[in-house]
Amino acid sequence: MSRAVEELNRRMLRARDAIDRAYAQPLDIHNLAEIAFVSEAHFIRTFRATFGETPHRYLQRRRVERAMFKLCETDRNITDICFDVGFNSLGTFSRTFRDVVGVTPSEYRERAEVKAVPSCFTMAYMRPSSFGEARSSNGT
Amino acid sequence: MYTGINMSQIFVLDQDKAKDFYVNTLGLEVSNDLDLGFMRWLTVCVPGHKGRDVLLEKPGPPAMDAKTTETVRELVTKGATGFTLGLTTDNIQKTFETLKARGVEFTQEPTKHFYGTDIGIRDPFGNNIRIVQTAEVWGEPHLDPPAMVKS
Repeated sequence: MSRAVEELNRRMLRARDAIDRAYAQPLDIHNLAEIAFVSEAHFIRTFRATFGETPHRYLQRRRVERAMFKLCETDRNITDICFDVGFNSLGTFSRTFRDVVGVTPSEYRERAEVKAVPSCFTMAYMRPSSFGEARSSNGT
Repeated sequence: MYTGINMSQIFVLDQDKAKDFYVNTLGLEVSNDLDLGFMRWLTVCVPGHKGRDVLLEKPGPPAMDAKTTETVRELVTKGATGFTLGLTTDNIQKTFETLKARGVEFTQEPTKHFYGTDIGIRDPFGNNIRIVQTAEVWGEPHLDPPAMVKS
């Protein structure tokens, strides 16, 4: 692997970290492409080639992971949590949540257990997968 | 059987850059910087805590072949090396502001949890470093996780 690829990886990671930090904000491809020093046209494709999914999907999983955290660790109501984590409508939030987690936000809260681990592990491991585990374990 | 952990390791892609970051930016101190001939033995520790060292190791031959080296470097630059280092602080807000002023890249700004408040940063190569002020030090009641489990 050339040093140029390593530098590209590092710049794409910098953009991915920006998505994680600003998860409640709309996805700003223009800004992310600037962080990564790639053209807007190349950003989505390069992100996917580097991390295996689109920036949009990565952000959705980050938002759902934050929602799962808030459903577990806070008493905020589901509508507030929906807007807290960056969704614009309760319908989209519930649909996306159910699509990737397999249960609705309220069902998830009912079953929730606080995970006694640092947040970086919940960020990495509670983030629902793009690779179908939730759907397959849910039998759908 | 054991008496402690004396050393752990992080892969870095440039040891001069690593030394500058871990010492001048992060605020650790060099505990060893030795040219062993076959490798540069570079370790850092929390100031005053020699004996709990972190080896800043450069991946490469002859310890690993060229292709493996490339794979390791790829994992580091993609941020795929996992949880590489966890530090504790007695003032997370001040630490956050100090590191921010030094231009550190954050993966997470201060976030409060039942176990304390933590932040996440990257080293220049892509490694993930976490810094926490635990709830006990914070002076707040430490919530017992089982008490928060919902039936």
